Amino acid sequence: MGNVIGIGAAPKRKEDQRFLTGRGNYVSDIKRPGATAGVFVRSPHAHAFLRSIDKSAALAAPGVIAVLTGDDVRADGLGSLPCGWGISDAKGVPMKEPPFPMLAQGKVRFVGDMVAFVIAETPEQANTAAELLNVDYDVLPSVVGVLEAVRPDAPQLFDDVPNNICCDWELGDKAAVESAFRKAAHVAKLSLVNNRLIGNPMEPRAAIAEYEPGTDRFTLWTTSQFPHVVRFLMGALVLNIPQHKLRVVAPDVGGGFGVKQFHYGEEAVITWAARRVMRPIKWVASRSEGYVSDRHGRDHVTEAELALDETGKFLAFRVNTLANMGGYLSTFGPNIPTNLYGPLLGGVYTTPAIYCNVKVVFTNTVPVDAYRGAGRPEATFVLERIVDVAAAEMGIDRVEIRRRNMIPKEAYPYQTPVLVQYDSGDPMGCLDGALAAADVKSFGIRKAASASKGKFRGLGYSTYVEACGLAPSRFAGRLGARGGLYESATVRVHPTGQVTVMIGTHNHGQGHETTFAQIVSDKLGVAFDNVDIVFGDTDRVQFGMGTYGSRSLVVGGAALSKATDKVIAKGKKIASHLLEAAEVDIQFEAGKFSVAGTDRMKTFEQIAGAAYVPHNYPLEVLEPGLEEQAYYDPVNFTYPGGCHIAEVEVDPETGTVTLVNYTAVDDVGTVINPMIVEGQLHGGIVQGVGQALFENAVYDESSGQLLSGSLMDYCMPRADHMPMMKVATHSTLCTHTPMGVKGCGEVGTIGSPAAVINAVVDALSHLGVTHVDMPATPNRIWRLLQNASLPVAAE
Amino acid sequence: MKPFAYHQPNQIPDAARLLTSIEDSKLVAGGMTLIPTLKQRLANPPALIDLSKLGNLKGITDDGATITIGAMTPHAVVAASKLVQTKLPGLAALASMIGDPAVRSRGTIGGSVANNDPAADYPAGVLGLGATIVTSTREIAADKFFLGLFETALEPGEIIAAMRFPVPLKAGYAKFKAPASRYALVGVFVAKFADGVRVAVTGAGPGVFRVPPMEAALSENFDPSAVAAIKIDNDGLTSDIHAEADYRAHLVTVMAKRAVDAALS
Repeated sequence: MGNVIGIGAAPKRKEDQRFLTGRGNYVSDIKRPGATAGVFVRSPHAHAFLRSIDKSAALAAPGVIAVLTGDDVRADGLGSLPCGWGISDAKGVPMKEPPFPMLAQGKVRFVGDMVAFVIAETPEQANTAAELLNVDYDVLPSVVGVLEAVRPDAPQLFDDVPNNICCDWELGDKAAVESAFRKAAHVAKLSLVNNRLIGNPMEPRAAIAEYEPGTDRFTLWTTSQFPHVVRFLMGALVLNIPQHKLRVVAPDVGGGFGVKQFHYGEEAVITWAARRVMRPIKWVASRSEGYVSDRHGRDHVTEAELALDETGKFLAFRVNTLANMGGYLSTFGPNIPTNLYGPLLGGVYTTPAIYCNVKVVFTNTVPVDAYRGAGRPEATFVLERIVDVAAAEMGIDRVEIRRRNMIPKEAYPYQTPVLVQYDSGDPMGCLDGALAAADVKSFGIRKAASASKGKFRGLGYSTYVEACGLAPSRFAGRLGARGGLYESATVRVHPTGQVTVMIGTHNHGQGHETTFAQIVSDKLGVAFDNVDIVFGDTDRVQFGMGTYGSRSLVVGGAALSKATDKVIAKGKKIASHLLEAAEVDIQFEAGKFSVAGTDRMKTFEQIAGAAYVPHNYPLEVLEPGLEEQAYYDPVNFTYPGGCHIAEVEVDPETGTVTLVNYTAVDDVGTVINPMIVEGQLHGGIVQGVGQALFENAVYDESSGQLLSGSLMDYCMPRADHMPMMKVATHSTLCTHTPMGVKGCGEVGTIGSPAAVINAVVDALSHLGVTHVDMPATPNRIWRLLQNASLPVAAE
Repeated sequence: MKPFAYHQPNQIPDAARLLTSIEDSKLVAGGMTLIPTLKQRLANPPALIDLSKLGNLKGITDDGATITIGAMTPHAVVAASKLVQTKLPGLAALASMIGDPAVRSRGTIGGSVANNDPAADYPAGVLGLGATIVTSTREIAADKFFLGLFETALEPGEIIAAMRFPVPLKAGYAKFKAPASRYALVGVFVAKFADGVRVAVTGAGPGVFRVPPMEAALSENFDPSAVAAIKIDNDGLTSDIHAEADYRAHLVTVMAKRAVDAALS
């Protein structure tokens, strides 16, 4: 039955057997007997009073079973959708936290806000009835942009949230920063926009809910990255369902990127409605519905200033950001542009003083929350862009200014002035590796070749660090987290020696079933094929916080490693009895328990057998069975980092930017499966390139309508946008995770936008261009060239 | 999608009769625009009349001075046709740039021309080559066929049977793809005939249009440099989140140059 495939190997992914043969099991594949179809009626207006809803025509339509509205929610006394983080301002005043009803009450606050839920025998009948629902709106002026939303005369979303400011958050030593700026030889300034993004996982969101009156139990199948958290938030805080009466299943899920790591109103409504109609209900979002209801990402407007001495050393960094929250606070919403942003503004540099102010702002748009990278791409973009601006203004080479300010390898662990302490890293090593891999030395030749074709070529650097492996619970608690952020794993050894792992993270594309099996195979010496990973079902898995923030291997893998160690420890006790040797003399290696210095041994299978057939077994001191569980709460974040180098070619005639080369050298700590890590880096980089060059969620400023409301108008990066990428790792080991891992799920998305935009600016710098906002679309580049301070002429 | 009746007639007159007798019924050729519209419930026709079983609407024939392409011929067939590649080179290139492989194997030239999407590719080829649209009842010159945003000269009950293209001396198409949809943000078709040059633009405005100053310049000198300095007026051009009108106007000049280049290569 196969071989041990351990840490560092690159087996093909176990899960691909079912995915590539069409045997995956997604929510929309699940059919429940007697299921009905649910459709949400959503607001077509960005901001309006809900005067009344007349259900009569919808209820009279063929096949309709029920129509539920916010009034029904209120009548049942149900809770508001909870926010998982409560941040405070500098004076300790908590953020404004208006209720987020699962169906709108009194007002709608964005196009897509849920107004009613229609349940019918078929989806067609539900859709037809939804069109017949008569909703009387009193349309109000709306505001979609953060700059506009904080103006005194702006439309107010909530009566008790003046100027739409949820929280005026800050971090860092303001006075020290001001003092450093007074001494600066040079101050670089930059205003920028971090564009709003839509996650677009391949599989749209979906849910099925069912209530069993015989056991008084609910089951919710949902496209979620964290089923246990949904059970807690929805059961305990919204619907008042005891945890033991609620099962949440997130089966195969087709991509998440953050979009599916929130508790959504749809989940609560469908679960609540299933008991009301006493039949299963299924809802599957269309792609268009996802555009106006999946939580969006990013959307910052920022002013940044970097103070430098005459040699280009960074003295202080000051950042003021307006961050868009959309119409309500989503599960992680206020945490993203604050706690996952400000602490990363130190980057890989020794900047001694940093101050960051973030105004978290409500607008009439889809709620904004975590999207792959979540706060850290925004921080990296601000920092890595202003470093280039400062270098250009001071006439210092862009690589040289980075070297002068980088934290040397020997200086780790390194305490930044913005809360976090980096345990390990080697930014200079990553930089040197990337410079060589990108063949930067020959760039001049390539630039000349482009110029001979009338094209402008540019090179861009991004040397970044991020904080992931969310998260140390105690630290997160101080920052405002309302839950713990540990992870759990159970290792169940069967009597025949095969292993089933129950783990609280969720695999929706990351390859966990392979990576985690490699860890078990490596540590227990059992065949890779003899390990299965179970996840995504609150009835099968003990507990878990799910998958986001590059935490699955870092936190979940650590729990798995600990549980595996416990299995070995118990196995040694059993072996000591069977081999009649002292426990301290039992060694475990390559799947064999042996007495040190002898050839007496028992295989892992023999020990498993003895544990379940305990005829010759120390029952007085040891329980039968071989199954161990561990919880792991990290002591610190992990800090992956690296250097990305992008090379672009700009066609000045059309403004088209073509990415022609891409190099990434990343420090992700120990690599379990290099093929999977490479895939994560590729995917992350492409998503970051998408933000830099293509993706943009655009709202109409007057109507609040989402103009980029489909794949026809929202440009996702595609295979033909990408060159072959050069991806490598240059790892230092994390000092506090059991296996030295750091996480790799988000680094690509974090490092790449700045590299690409820095390359675009470099390509156009001879024309006086100093900044390009994302996405660098052809129209935007052409407009810049029209307005360029120097004439656009073929070089 | 709402329920509808489905008809699959064998003869054009039967299809035309159904189309006139069932109010608000729709023809379906490749369905590349209609089916998504139905799925989004933006159109709810009581009946669809499928043209795929009509005889003689598929295929490409060489009539000497002209090439005739049946209305139900898919884009992929036009793109791969040696005959089209040889006699109507710009048109084969145009067909190869439409959508993606799935769209090219389902979508048809007749469907595209009848729909007259302002950013579709075929209207530029049909107008640029001065084709004749052969319908169930008559023949219509391309210059009289395209009437603006999704509007054509087709009468109720009239069905396109084929497109008849005169063979040019040279022809080329250049397209600047809209980044997301890959429709033409601006597409320019140029065709050189013994008696002059035709230039047709799609994507830039509410419907396909010709550019007489470029045609005059290229008739004098069929070279990219002839159009390089010819700017077109922004007025009336489309402005949206992907491209502002002045940028589209600029692209018309750039794509015209590239289309001439393509025609010469």
